Amino acid sequence: MTLAVSILPEQQLAVLNAAYRQAVSRRRLRLLLGVVVFAAALALAGFGAEVNLRTLFTYFGNFVSYFDRILTLDSGQRVWTDIGEWFWGLRKWLRMLGETLLISYVGTLIGATFALCLNFFAAENTSPSPWLRFVVRRLLEFARTVPGIVFALIFVIAFGLGPMAGVLAIAIHSTGALGKLFSEIVENADMKPVEGIRSTGASWLSCMRFAIVPQVTAGYASYALLRFEINVREASVMGFVGAGGIGQELVVAIRKFYYSDVSAILLTIIVTVFIIDISTGWLRGRLFGKEART
Amino acid sequence: MTSPQEVDTRELRARYPDVFDRPALARLAMPAMIVAALAVLVYGLVDLDFSPSRFFNGLSQLGWISLMMIPPDPGSSLPIYLKALGETLSIALLGTTLAALFALPVSLLAARNIVPSNILRFPVRRFLDSIRGVDTLIWALVWINVVGLGPFAGVLAIAVSDFGAFGKLFSEAIEGADQKQVEGIRASGGSPLHEIRFGLLPQVLPVIAGQVLYFIESNTRSATIIGIVGAGGIGLQLAEQIRVLEWQKVSFLILMILVAVAAIDFISGKLRFAIIGRRAVA
Repeated sequence: MTLAVSILPEQQLAVLNAAYRQAVSRRRLRLLLGVVVFAAALALAGFGAEVNLRTLFTYFGNFVSYFDRILTLDSGQRVWTDIGEWFWGLRKWLRMLGETLLISYVGTLIGATFALCLNFFAAENTSPSPWLRFVVRRLLEFARTVPGIVFALIFVIAFGLGPMAGVLAIAIHSTGALGKLFSEIVENADMKPVEGIRSTGASWLSCMRFAIVPQVTAGYASYALLRFEINVREASVMGFVGAGGIGQELVVAIRKFYYSDVSAILLTIIVTVFIIDISTGWLRGRLFGKEART
Repeated sequence: MTSPQEVDTRELRARYPDVFDRPALARLAMPAMIVAALAVLVYGLVDLDFSPSRFFNGLSQLGWISLMMIPPDPGSSLPIYLKALGETLSIALLGTTLAALFALPVSLLAARNIVPSNILRFPVRRFLDSIRGVDTLIWALVWINVVGLGPFAGVLAIAVSDFGAFGKLFSEAIEGADQKQVEGIRASGGSPLHEIRFGLLPQVLPVIAGQVLYFIESNTRSATIIGIVGAGGIGLQLAEQIRVLEWQKVSFLILMILVAVAAIDFISGKLRFAIIGRRAVA
């Protein structure tokens, strides 16, 4: 078979080639400029964060040997040779893990309830008045932007040490995050049912209850489950600041160099997070079909 | 004589029996779930030492604290705080970039269309999952043990925990890419590396750039908190001021964080529009 590629006459080709090169070179220049700016920002950041590659190289061995150490028992044996010794505190840790799960459950539920109450005021299409929408939106933004653990730090001082501070911190953060997501679902809802119900003389509250809520429940539940998943992770570190849960044990183990405990607790946390991820994923798939799983 | 409405209802009932007479199990499922959820909630409240008196005491404490926060006032330590904020931004930028650089090759290994073998892909995926299962704060604690207190530990913590997230996101982006272009490269005699470079990367890079920018944004938030365990940045200052109950400084620091996060949101939003266009962002 012969090749049948038609080649344009030389002059036409030259013009096209020139145009192509110009277009490409302009793009390349922009890319180069972007790269230079980015590299400059990186260099500046490296200076600001006191990055020291020498330290990294000297200590990188430490990082590897750290994992070697947390996988070694006090007796000098590998952890998996003596599971009973490795997980000596399993009963206590499981209780703390249970507390962690409860913290995230209660926190998510309280947060979701508040978000449910507030989101209609924050959504563009259902808010009764613009200034109310503005206020609620700023409020949610505040709750979302301040990290949960900062709330926990403050609540630990106000409410005392213990899981209560963790629950409230998670609840506030979830309110902010879910409120925004919920109001976005409401903004995407079909407004025709609302008109239908309003035309019968119903109040604003009835409009929300009978026209909007039936459309959005599935989306709400899906996001709330997703939030629960995230909150389990967050609750696992609430103990770092004294707000209850497994984090307390972990931070003690890390700070006091109880090496094998660190790996045991980390492993239980990872396994729990896996189980929660998989089961909520399964639940969401069951409840809302595949398309809701994003 | 029956009214027309009644006739209608009766006819509808006859026509759609499963709408009007749902099985008892289906009707009871929803209330049962709600009751169960509430029962767990109550159990949780009891188990976690919630009591009304404690709650209201705490609320009044919180009220006092909020009153003492007004007006926000940095005192004489504004320069220190600004430097700490710069440190935080640096941590976010460096950590995310490092993570993206390392995650790109690994994500290729975790993508179904690059590595068809399940046996090879599975361990890579589980590895990424377990990295993601550990919170950034925990990584920060580990790195502090390794490289000592300071922002450098924060950079490494963010880099490691984002490495897990990026590995997953990138591999999903790669799996979502159009295979026709890859086949085109192969048909014209390209090697597997050429397929990735010319067939895949041009499709995937804009998506990846968008995700990296988004993570820089969200890492500004994470970077503010890893200071709480001693990994540098503004969180360190915040935790210290909370511990010594300097509420005016605390509120000033929180305001600083809010403003910085909003500014980064704005900038990276603009950049994302420029890189991948309005459509892909929404």
